[in-house]
Formats: sequence, structure tokens, C-alpha cells
Amino acid sequence: MPRKTDVSQLEDVGIDIDTELSNSDEEAPKRAKKGGRGGGRGGRGRGKKAASEEEDDEDEVPAPRGRRGGNRKAARKGKDGDDEDADDDDDEDGKGPKKRGAGGRGGRGGRGGRGGGRGGRGGKKGGKGKEGDEESEEEEDKKGAKGKKKGGKKGKDEEEEEEEEEEGGKGDKGATGKKGAKGKGKAKEDDKKKKKKGGGSSSSNSDEEDSMSEGEMAKLMEEVEEKKKLIATIRNKPWRMRRRLTHLRESQQFVDKFEGALGKGKGRKWYAYKVMMKKKWIKFERDFENFRTACIPWERKIKEVESHFGSSVASYFIFLRWMYGMNLVMFGFTFGLVVIPEVLMGLPYGSIPRKTVPRAEADSAQDYSVLMDFNGYCKYSVLFYGFYNNQRTIGLLQFRLPLSYLLVGIGTFGYSLMVVIRTMAKNADVGGGDGEDGEFTFAWKMFTSWDYLIGNAETADNKYASITTSFKESIVDEQENQKDENIHLRRFLRVLANFMIICCLGGSGYLIFFVVKRSQEFASRDDLSWYEKNELEIIMSLLGLVCPPLFETIAELEEYHPRIALKWQLGRIFALFLGNLYTFLFALFDEVNTKLELEGSIRNASLWNMKEYYANFTLNSNDSEATPPPMHPSDIIRGPCWETGVGIEFVKLTVSDIQVTYLTILIGDFARAVIVRFLNYCWCWDLEAGFPSYGEFDISGNVLGLVFNQGMIWMGAFYAPGLVGINVLRLLSSMYYQCWAVMATNVPHERVFKASKSNNFYMGLLLLILFLSLLPVVFTIMTLPPSFDCGPFSGKAKMFDVIMETIDLDLPAFLGTLFSYAANPGLIIPAVLLMVLAIYYLNSVSEAYQGANMELKKKMQMARDEEKNRRNNTESTDQVQKDLDDLLPNRSLAPEPEKEEPPPKPTKVKPGAAGKKDLQKDVTLASPNPNVRGPVNRPPGPRGPGPMPGHPGGPGPGGRGQGRPGPPPR
Amino acid sequence: MGATASHLGKDLLSEYQELTFLTKQEILLAHKRFTELLSREDKNLPEPRAPTEAILTLPELKSNPFRERIVRVFSTSESRDGLTFEDFLDLLSAFSDSATLEIKSHYAFRIFDFDDDGTLDENDLEKLVNCLTGETDDTRLTPDEMKQLISNILEESDIDKDGTVNLSEFQHVISRSPDFVSSFKIVL
Repeated sequence: MPRKTDVSQLEDVGIDIDTELSNSDEEAPKRAKKGGRGGGRGGRGRGKKAASEEEDDEDEVPAPRGRRGGNRKAARKGKDGDDEDADDDDDEDGKGPKKRGAGGRGGRGGRGGRGGGRGGRGGKKGGKGKEGDEESEEEEDKKGAKGKKKGGKKGKDEEEEEEEEEEGGKGDKGATGKKGAKGKGKAKEDDKKKKKKGGGSSSSNSDEEDSMSEGEMAKLMEEVEEKKKLIATIRNKPWRMRRRLTHLRESQQFVDKFEGALGKGKGRKWYAYKVMMKKKWIKFERDFENFRTACIPWERKIKEVESHFGSSVASYFIFLRWMYGMNLVMFGFTFGLVVIPEVLMGLPYGSIPRKTVPRAEADSAQDYSVLMDFNGYCKYSVLFYGFYNNQRTIGLLQFRLPLSYLLVGIGTFGYSLMVVIRTMAKNADVGGGDGEDGEFTFAWKMFTSWDYLIGNAETADNKYASITTSFKESIVDEQENQKDENIHLRRFLRVLANFMIICCLGGSGYLIFFVVKRSQEFASRDDLSWYEKNELEIIMSLLGLVCPPLFETIAELEEYHPRIALKWQLGRIFALFLGNLYTFLFALFDEVNTKLELEGSIRNASLWNMKEYYANFTLNSNDSEATPPPMHPSDIIRGPCWETGVGIEFVKLTVSDIQVTYLTILIGDFARAVIVRFLNYCWCWDLEAGFPSYGEFDISGNVLGLVFNQGMIWMGAFYAPGLVGINVLRLLSSMYYQCWAVMATNVPHERVFKASKSNNFYMGLLLLILFLSLLPVVFTIMTLPPSFDCGPFSGKAKMFDVIMETIDLDLPAFLGTLFSYAANPGLIIPAVLLMVLAIYYLNSVSEAYQGANMELKKKMQMARDEEKNRRNNTESTDQVQKDLDDLLPNRSLAPEPEKEEPPPKPTKVKPGAAGKKDLQKDVTLASPNPNVRGPVNRPPGPRGPGPMPGHPGGPGPGGRGQGRPGPPPR
Repeated sequence: MGATASHLGKDLLSEYQELTFLTKQEILLAHKRFTELLSREDKNLPEPRAPTEAILTLPELKSNPFRERIVRVFSTSESRDGLTFEDFLDLLSAFSDSATLEIKSHYAFRIFDFDDDGTLDENDLEKLVNCLTGETDDTRLTPDEMKQLISNILEESDIDKDGTVNLSEFQHVISRSPDFVSSFKIVL
């Protein structure tokens, strides 16, 4: 870097001269000249730099530098200015390290002086305050001559600068004289100090050197903090990597060097330790972050799908993955706290009646068909509620299984609720401000419609097409907005469509109710065909399969915009599923109630049977002393155990749902794709482009399917702990299966729309489903009595009695009393009241914020309109006025031809630009104009000689029109 | 810079992490992909530069209508073609998932600014529309439609009415868009 050293030498010389001259203050002009020379030097150096900058970086540099300039306080330290110069230079010619060593650090020995000198110059720049670096640099850029002029102009500044330089030299000498580890930094600190004092005393310098005053400490601290902040936020700056890299190293070095110096004296060690720990912590955090991202599965797979199908399809898979994560946690809880303890520490299979297959079923218990229905051995396994024993504690660890069972069941809901809501809040956060629709329709279409994730030519082509259509559509929309065709017909069609859909929904609901009733009938018979046994699941799956396309067909009648149509479609499918699920539930409740009625008699029969058995035993053996062997568990008469029944229903439903989904993919997508692909060679029309073609990935359907599946899991998990495991398997397999299917058999959407906000829409659906599935479960837990002979709560009046029991027996007495107080209505009612009040308060606060938001938006809009009008006034409204003037009789001749031309122009553009918007604009132009026009048009008032005074309040357009017989002279 | 070595130095790696929105794995992957793009003789250069053509063959960029612009914007060479590894990281960082709206909109603006003059004028917008509607004739807009569209866009976003969209106007529009951040992404 010859240039640099050159400059530095010159500067050194300058300093020497300055030292000589510094005594004589009268010599200011001379010095100013020298300063000018200095500036010139800098200018030369920078001029070169600026040149390279221009070819390299022209558009980027101004903004950041300006920003930086803004950030810096006026009292910027000289050193910093220096640093920046060095940085910028480094940045440009890329020989960073050396130069940095030289200039920036205020380095060792003699160089410190130069560092100081340069620092002084920087300080001057800082002193200029607001203008900031950019400007002064620019000024200096304008070559030596200019620099000289400036030197003359700003004699004062230069004077100070030189003094600083000189002090820097001295400080340096002092520092070298004193040497010491501190010397390095000292020179720089000196600069700062001097800057503070303006052109203060140069002699007292060396005395102050050792002791850093409080102020300096604070200053240094501030600087270090600033550097740290820069390090933390540097990635947010749109600079080149090289530049950021140098800045980063720079700042890090600085921080390293001075952080230690800060805590001098007593707190030093502690401070150093703290700093070190902080660094370690940051590193740990980063490693952890890396580790976490490494743990996210299927990143590649999703990316592949993303690049082929755009972000909307990928959003489904991301949703699936999210769901998998949530289920995995639920699975962990359920299996870790309920299933595995029961397996390991509970009584083994066959030890008690509830864990044994009854003798009547024993023969067929291992049949495949029975197992597939989750009867036989499946029914009496850990998968279902009935298997669990009501022993209060099990195993060596005294594990309280019933309590754990209840808490896990409720905890699952709590956890899901928390996760869903948290994700929703996060999504809403990311979504950012949503401008009102229609404000930026075109601009958004233009600037944000490309999906950069698309990496597949076919998808890209589709995207091009869809963007073009959307452009054209929106143009046409604008034009067509005014003309309305037969509204009545459309309304009629929409009502008709809705009517038909409601009929469909009602019909499907009734069908399910009917089937469930029938299945209860079937339950009492033995000779059932396969269809009769699985009727319910088949019907439900079929409805789910047939109805959505039906809805879609009906929705054609309505002629909604596709986006709105999609919402309607989703809503309807949702209603269908929900209706089906709830009909199913109600039917199930019916069944449960009959079972509960049955239970009483069975209980008696069971007891009676037991007594009979013992009576018989004593009778037969004649030996009343001998204790009879206990009755074999499989012989004991059992109750219906409605919980297991419910669990089995849900498990069957889930399994059949999985089967149907997978089969649909296999047949509807894969088989179709195979046929289309291979039959295409010998077919009369083009199968690929024509009728069957390949399937598209049905995002909304798949998402809804997933959401409803999850709803069933939530409802069923309490009665069938194994359901969560099944679901985890399902999600895992469907991740791979659907990824494969999508890549292998589907084609990208013709209308590619982006995922964006719909994500929260899915989450909203999930939340709704969660709530709806929470209701029945909590209802059963709170109201229905558990079966007397199966499950962890058998023998209790209510399931939640387990908690009471634990409180009574296991916790210290005072806690029990505490709980009884807490459960006191006198306490609960105020608590509920408080919550309601809190909700009300928060609600009103948020409303107020919303109002304020709207207000601000309105203000912004108004400011914008005003701005627009002001700009427009110069042209269009003036034109209006000119037109008026032209129409007046006195007015004639010269300028008319030119003026005639402009007016049509806007109107020519506008009708094309299409109706509504422009109409609105015209309106807005017209109405606020009077206010705005006032100031613009007032100037002509005084100029108008005679008639004007008659109309002092000129702004009204009409008034002015008549009131001005002659045109104002121009 | 250690970017030339077959593996990245540890310090450099952590600095890159500090400076970009990428994680360690992403940086390593980027490095791998980048070295694959280099020709044999390039690898020995102190500061290898992947040629534009090679970069455009990346599947992530292949079907992007703005691919040439993207390379130009992120290139630091004088002739504006070819990317060094650091340029490449810059690119990935700006397009990464966690980059801020500000960064993204800044680069988007520069990508859309076809003549590099710091504002989006009508020519830029026209080119932009042509990029978005693809090369084929049947998807192109007619001149009338084009004019219409551009005047509409200026109507909406050109707040100061100087006939061009500048960076702050652009960012104003973009920042209210719900799906810009989610779609302005490139993942290796």
C-alpha cells in the first residue's frame, strides 16, 4: 500500500511542522492553508478510493454510510472516524489487515501519533455534527483544490484539527516514553480526550495518561457497547461480505482489547470473567442453534417438494412435520408416564380379569379378523383404557398410575393448546402488518408474486401463466367493476347452491346417525358380514371422499373469485367433517348410556356369580376349612367397559381413515398417473393434456384430513393411550409416502397460489378442533361414572376422584385444607370474576389499540393523499382551472392549443386504468382540493389587479370561476 | 481469505455465521456446492470466482426469471459476473429463511432495478413484468395492458409522484405484503 504510507509520512511531516508552529497562534491563516493541504492529501487518497468505489459499489455505499453517519453522535470520537476511513479503504482495495494494523488501532510506537493525527481529522468531521461522514468525505473527495478552499473557509475547524494532531504527536511521545501495555490504546484515548476539550492544553496531556477518569471509562464503555451492538446486528446491514468481515474483525479486536481495560482495579477479574462467560454463552447458543436446525428432519425432502410445487404444497408438508413434532411429544408423555410403567411394573397379562380375554372369546381371540377389529387380544392390551389397573401405586417406585393417567390425559390437551396458540401467535407476528386489501393490489402482484423457491421449469411455466392471468384479471376486474350483470340470477344461484349444500350436510349427518344406530343393533348379533361390521367407518370415509368434490361442483354455480371460493369450500368441508364427527359422538354417547344402564345388572350378576362359585366350591369339597382357589380371571363375568368401547371406535376410525387416505393416493393418484403415462402411447387423444391428465395435490383436502385426524386422536387418546402411538406411525409414514406420491404422480398446480397466511388459517382450524374435541372428553371425565371393573379409575364414583384421593392421602394435611379452601365457591367465583374482568380489560385495551392503529392509518392515508394532491395540483388541478379560464369569454388565443392537449391525456389513461379506482381518485382529487388549492392559488390573487379583492376567500372553485372575469396577467 | 481452501477455517466459519443468517450446516453445504461449481484451474486461484453460467445452472436458480439479475446484484467483480464464495454466501443469506424484511426488500429492490440507477422507473417495471410473465408470446401482455399495469402500479406505490419508485417507497409497499418474506427465499 504505497499510497497509504505516503499519506502517513506526509502527515507526520505535517505534524512536525505544526509542533513548531503551534506556539504562535497568529499564524492561523498559514496553518489553515496547511490544513487545506492536509485535506487535499486526504482528498487525493480518497479520490482514488472513491473512484474504485464508483465502479464497484456505487449504489450500495451511499445508503449505509449515510445511515452510519446518522447513528453516530455528534460528539463522535476521532478514533472512530479514523477507523471508518480505514475500514472504507480496506473495504475497497481489500488489503485490510495491514492497514488496519497501521491506522485504525492507533498502533504501536510512532504510528500512534499518526493514528492520533488522523483521529483528529476524523474528530473534526465528527465535530461538524449532523453533516456526518458522508458529506465531509464527499467534500474532501473533491480534490485538493477544493480541500484548500475548504480549509480557508473553515479555518477554525482546521485550527483545532491541527492542534489535535499535534497533541496526538505529543501524546504519542508520552506514550512511548511511558511505554507500557497501555501505551497502545492511550494515543487514541488521548484523541478523544482532546476532542472533548476542543483545542485544549497540550501539556497536561501526559499527566492524565495513566488514570482514566470516570468519563473516559464511560465513554470507552459506551464505545465498546456500540461495537458489540454492531457485531450483533452486522448481519442486518446490506453490505458486501468483505466489508462486513472487516468491520466485524475490527470491532471484535477493539472489543477484545478494551473490554479488559475497562474493569481496571477491583472489579477487573470479575469483569473479565463475566465477559468470558458471555462469549462462551454466545458460542454455546450458536452451537445449540446449529444443533437444533440439524435436528429438524426432512428439510431436504420438503425443499425438493418446495422447488417443484412452490411454497403452498410445501406448506402442507411443513404443517405435517409440525404435527409430527407435537404428536411425538404427546407420545412421549403417554408412553413414558402411562404405558411403559404399566407394562414394566403393573400386573402381567392374565393376572386379573380386566387383563384377560374372557373364556367366551378366547377361541377366536387370535384370529386375524378379530385382531383387525381391535377385539380379542388387542382389546385386552395396554392400547386401551380397560387394561389398566386401579391399584393406587405400582412397583418399587410407588408409581401412582391412576393419577398419572388422568394427569397425562389432561396434560395432553394442555400441551396441545399451548403449542397451537403459541405457534399461531408466532405466525401472526411474522405476518406483519397487513395492509388493507386493494391498497397495493397491483404493486404486490408485481413485486411479490414470484415464488423464489420454485426450481422446476414446469412449475415456473405454470407460475408465469398464473401471474399473467392474474395481471390480466385484475386489469379486467378494474374495468368490469362498475358494470353489473344480472345480480338477481347470481344471488339466486348462490342461495340455491347453499341450499343444496346444507341438504348434503344434513343428509350425511343423518346417514351417520342411522348407521351408528344400526351398528348398535348389529352389536347384539353374531353373524355379521365384514361390511356390516365396518359399516360405520366405511360410510364415514365414503362421505369424506364423495362430498368435497360434490361441494366443489355445486360451488361452480356461485361464480366466486377462486380465493373466496377456496375459503367457502374449506368451510363447507369443515362443516361436513365436524357434523359427521359430532353425530358420531352423539351416537356413541347413546351407546355409552345404554352400556351404563347395563352395567348395574352385570355388576350384580358378577357378584352373584362369584358367590355362587364359592358356594359351589365349599359344597363340592365338603371341606369348609380349605380356602377355595380363586376363580380363573377369564371366567368372571365382566361389565361392558364403555371406555374401551369408545377407545376402540376411535382407533378403528383412525385406522380406516389411514387406509382410505393411502388407498386414495394409490388409486386416485398413482394408478391414474401410471395409466395416463403408459396408455398415452396407444390412445386416441392426448391423455396427459386431455381428460384424465395427472392429479394435482389437493392441499386443502389434505390439510383438513390431517386436522380432523388430529381431532380424533385428541378425543380418543384418553380412552386408548395406544392411539397416539398409532398416530405417530401414521404421520411418519405419510410423510414419506406423500412426499413420494407428490413427486412421482402429481403435477404442479395450474393456479399456483402462495401459502402465506393460510398457515394461520390451518392453525385456527386446528384450534377449533382441539376445543371441540376437548369438550366431550372433559364432559365424560367430569360427569360419567367410570366402569366398575376396568380401567385405572374403577371403583370410584368419578374419574377425578383420583386427585382428591391423592390430596387426602399423600399430601400433608394442611395442603388438603388449602385445596378445600381453594375449591370453595367463595374463592372460585371471585377468581372467575377476576378473569372475566381481566379479559374484558385486555379486550378493551386491544380495541383501543386497534382504534389508534386505524387512526394512524387514516392519518397516513390522508398525508399521502395530501401529498399527492399537492403534487397533482401543479398539473391537473391547475389544468382544471385553466380549462375554466379558457372557457371564459375574455380568454382566447395564444396558449390554447398547447393547453388543450394535456387535459385529455389523463383522461385517456384513466378510463383504461379502469373505473373504480380512478373514479375514486378523481373524487379524492376533487373534494380535498379546496383546502389544498388555497395556498397554491393564492399567489395569483394579489397579482390579479381589479376584480380579485371582491373574492377574498377565493378557494371555492365555483366562486372563482365566476368571480374572475379576466385572466390574471402572466 | 480461507474460502479458497478445500475446507473452511474454524474462525472463518464462525465469522461467517456471525455475518450471515445461515447456520453452520448451511454454510458448509454452500461451500460444498460452491466448490462443485468451480472448474479445476479456478480452484487454485487465491480468490476463485464461479462463472455466471455455472451459477445459473444451479437448480435453485435455473427456473428463476431473475437469475441473471440476482447474480449481477451479488457479484463484486468489476464486470459484474461471477460470484466469489463470499458473494455466494451473501446471496444465500439474503434469501435465507431468517433474513429480515429489511434486508430482503433491499436486495429485492436492487434485483428489480434493472438499470442499476437506484430507482424503479417505467423501463424497469416493464422489464420486471416481462420477467414475471415469461418468455412465451401467449403469456405476454399486450403493450396496452402493459401501459395500464405500469400506470396502476405507479399510481399505487409512487408516493412522491416523480414517476419512479424509489427504495423507501418500495419498502413501504413490500413491508405490508403478507407473503413477501415467505416467498423471497432460496434454500440450497
